[in-house]
Amino acid sequence: MPQTIHFQYIVPGDDFTRAGEASSSVKKALKKIGIHPEAIRKVAIAMYEGEINMVIHAHGGVIDVDISPDEIRMVLTDHGPGIENIELAMQEGWSTAPDDVRSLGFGAGMGLPNMKKYTDDMTVESTLGQGTIVRMTVLCH
Amino acid sequence: MTVRDIQAILKAAVLNADEELLQNEVHTACGSDMMSDVLAFVKDQSVLLTGLVNPQVVRTAEMMDMVCIVFVRGKRPDPSIVELARERGIAVLSTPYRMFTACGLLYENGLKGGCTI
Repeated sequence: MPQTIHFQYIVPGDDFTRAGEASSSVKKALKKIGIHPEAIRKVAIAMYEGEINMVIHAHGGVIDVDISPDEIRMVLTDHGPGIENIELAMQEGWSTAPDDVRSLGFGAGMGLPNMKKYTDDMTVESTLGQGTIVRMTVLCH
Repeated sequence: MTVRDIQAILKAAVLNADEELLQNEVHTACGSDMMSDVLAFVKDQSVLLTGLVNPQVVRTAEMMDMVCIVFVRGKRPDPSIVELARERGIAVLSTPYRMFTACGLLYENGLKGGCTI
């Protein structure tokens, strides 16, 4: 495979039924390339949580994925309301999701902690009123 | 046990009847209506029992490499949800049993939760 393969996905906002399409597509691509199944699972879960967050909180966004033989990098960029307190948002069980999101099976406050759990490195940059950038890396070995 | 065994134990209707999918071997399962919890706590469980009906149930199962979704309390998802699961190689069943009973019957028949405390 070439050194790095790049994918970009536009995540439509407020269309809950389509949330997860980008993650599904990346999962398929990683399988085809022959990435280790454990790494694929970590990428799939982390990216899916991020994608759900984008749809629920930020009216969608853009996900860039770079796949190299050693690592998979994901950058999730949105222009949503931003996260007021990242430290709080990283705590399990803390959520600002409205009740209608909980009735859809999400909003338990596990999204960001889960993303951290399944990745080897994760950083969150957020500016109130401007948006959020989440960078995640999963090592292939 | 196989997905076919689950279907028999739970007196379930098979909503995407693909014989190949029904032959899949399963060893562990989890029951939840909260997909966030499934994503957070599940590891290597291959069956998801849920009362939640929306496409994200299939997406969650897909991300976790699950092979079977069982909708409890006789719930029947929209055909587009069933088709989404079929495309991803996930069998979809609908059992008349409630969540607790469905989980109990499977446990009694040897399917485990796969978690240790």
